[in-house]
Amino acid sequence: MRRELYEVQRAMRARREAALKRGVIAVLDIGTAKVACLVLQFVPDDGQDAPDGRPTLRQGAFRVIGAANTRSRGVTFGEISSMEECERAVRTAIQGAQKMAGLRVDHVIVSFAGGRPRSYGVTGETDVENGAVAERDIGHVLAACDIPDYGHELEAIHALPVNFCLDRRSGLTDPRGQVGSNLAVDMHLLTVGSTPLRNVLHCIRRCDLELAGVAVSSYASGLASLVEDEQELGAACIDVGAGATGISVFVRRQMIYADAVRMGGAHVTSDICQGLQVSMQDAERLKTMHGGLVATGLDDRDMIELPSILGDWEHDRRQISRSELIGVMRPRVEEIFEEARARLDASGFEYLPSQRIVLTGGSAQIPGLEMCASRILGRQCRIGKPLRVQGLPQSATGSAFATSVGLALHVSHPQDECWDFEMPADRHGARRVTRALRWFKENW
Amino acid sequence: MLPLKPFRRDPAPSRLRYRLTRLWLRPWFRRLVNFGVPMLAGVGLVWTLAAEFDVRARLSAALADAKAVIVERPQFTITELDIPDVSADLAEQVRVAAFVKLPANSLEVDVNAVRTRVEDLAAVERARVRALARGVLEIRAIERVPVVVWRSDAGLELLDRGGVRVAEIDSRLRRTDLPLIAGEGASEHVAEALALLAEAKPVAGRVRGLVRVGERRWDVVLDRDQVVRLPADDPVEALGEVIALHASRDLLDRDLTVVDMRDPGRPTLRLTEHSLAELARLRAMVEGEDA
Repeated sequence: MRRELYEVQRAMRARREAALKRGVIAVLDIGTAKVACLVLQFVPDDGQDAPDGRPTLRQGAFRVIGAANTRSRGVTFGEISSMEECERAVRTAIQGAQKMAGLRVDHVIVSFAGGRPRSYGVTGETDVENGAVAERDIGHVLAACDIPDYGHELEAIHALPVNFCLDRRSGLTDPRGQVGSNLAVDMHLLTVGSTPLRNVLHCIRRCDLELAGVAVSSYASGLASLVEDEQELGAACIDVGAGATGISVFVRRQMIYADAVRMGGAHVTSDICQGLQVSMQDAERLKTMHGGLVATGLDDRDMIELPSILGDWEHDRRQISRSELIGVMRPRVEEIFEEARARLDASGFEYLPSQRIVLTGGSAQIPGLEMCASRILGRQCRIGKPLRVQGLPQSATGSAFATSVGLALHVSHPQDECWDFEMPADRHGARRVTRALRWFKENW
Repeated sequence: MLPLKPFRRDPAPSRLRYRLTRLWLRPWFRRLVNFGVPMLAGVGLVWTLAAEFDVRARLSAALADAKAVIVERPQFTITELDIPDVSADLAEQVRVAAFVKLPANSLEVDVNAVRTRVEDLAAVERARVRALARGVLEIRAIERVPVVVWRSDAGLELLDRGGVRVAEIDSRLRRTDLPLIAGEGASEHVAEALALLAEAKPVAGRVRGLVRVGERRWDVVLDRDQVVRLPADDPVEALGEVIALHASRDLLDRDLTVVDMRDPGRPTLRLTEHSLAELARLRAMVEGEDA
């Protein structure tokens, strides 16, 4: 099971390298409210590999040459609920971005928010073979991690070596070349439900695209909306999406925790829909045009005309004050943040040196969200917008696009994952046998 | 009544349309459709038409008709030849050599061939042929000017400055105005001969001609059977020395037969027998007086 996943991840990495060599790769964010697609163009690789022969992903500059987003269909809680509908949404987004770029896209990197991500901190320890730590030792220590038995329902999507410890000297990010005898690693393993993940893979395959990577959307939005200091000193990114709210905690430029609350802006809309008895579209419109979270005295007098169902101006007219709307929206948002706070508390967020909280995602545009969040989470919050990326259209610079931009950054500056290191041969016997067989074939 | 809401279609492309769009974005496919298919269609069309024998025949007939319509216009007819600025007999020669049958068509007359034919005439140095308006073919020929008469084994010939034969003459008396040169290979050194004759201008009345000796050097033949033998190198300079001697000492008026300048460091005179005897007598007389 685990070996199979490693092979899948290695294959995706190989495809990503192929795409970067070609210079064009697409980034697809499958969300509950919208499907966004960016087409990135990279500086073509000049074919230079790292001195040790391992092909490196180009740490290069890229620009966005195509961007499109469309209303999402068939996605609930960040998971695909109707394959046909979701496929149509993906096709629309891909085709729009391709049209803007004028290029055909074959490789795509996907992020999705659903699947109940779960974080595991795992540790491994091994002896260094020859004095200085080599690439092989890192492979050994990563293989020595005792992976928890998460069962067949879940699949590892990220396995990030977060911290290396060399002879009780902790806090190393890259121990290669350092002298020591005992190497330990803390690895952050992130699993998602295998069914939603397989659904995403299947959806991409049905759109004639090749999957070059999968990321959890909260990780991507954290990469895009946290500034460097926050990533270094410790911060949490809360990506309030439509169907799910992703939480990711960063410290020392590593993601150490990720989780998701299965609630978001869509639930606020449905609350308005039920509480004020308007249609779903009208509720969405009310939320975006008049919504808010902090009521003031002025809001009592600010009357909003509700769209009438019958359209009869004489007999079917309703008006509500804005504070009533706020009263409908606020409890749901508070519930979301209370859930998020529970997750943050479970993650040990309060022990980080700095505890900034950055709110992003489409629902972060609700006025007054940061005040509401600060009150419930107990810390200073700010609304995060994604980093500015070259070529990104103005319409895609809002906080709703943090995940897409974060995926683009993830492609251009990939984090080393566990499967990027060569596993020692003695760890899996089957490969040793095939290698021996191959040796015989080549030499006899 | 409620206004009917227009049914909003899902903007999603159908699967076929999506695949076609992606295919269209492939550069080779786009090139194939934009260039390959039209070119193939054009080639196929032409091939099919050309395969029909009848069509080809009609096409060539139509082309010939169209050509004839243009060619037979009166503006393209040549009715006369114009050969300006040459003597009458040369004009007649040129007219015959041009071999243009009048009336001709100016699109069909090969002007370059006419020019080559005219230039092949001995008396013509260069020619320029052009069709003018109003149906005139102008052949502007530049005559070769004869400068010397060359007496060779084949007879008497007139040569121009470059040594090219202009004409043959039957008698030297026809062109007494031109100097005479003789000897094998003299025709290739006409310019040198002319320079020598110019140098010999002070005795021009006495010069009978120049003789090329051994295809190598010149002899200047004067009347009274006097010969000035010139070296192969710098003959003009050597002749200049002789002329200078003549100017100061009346050398050539004296009774001698040969002035030999072939060795420039040692000019030699050959006296006649009479003058030799006279010289001996005078010397004896001088010696007698001394005694």
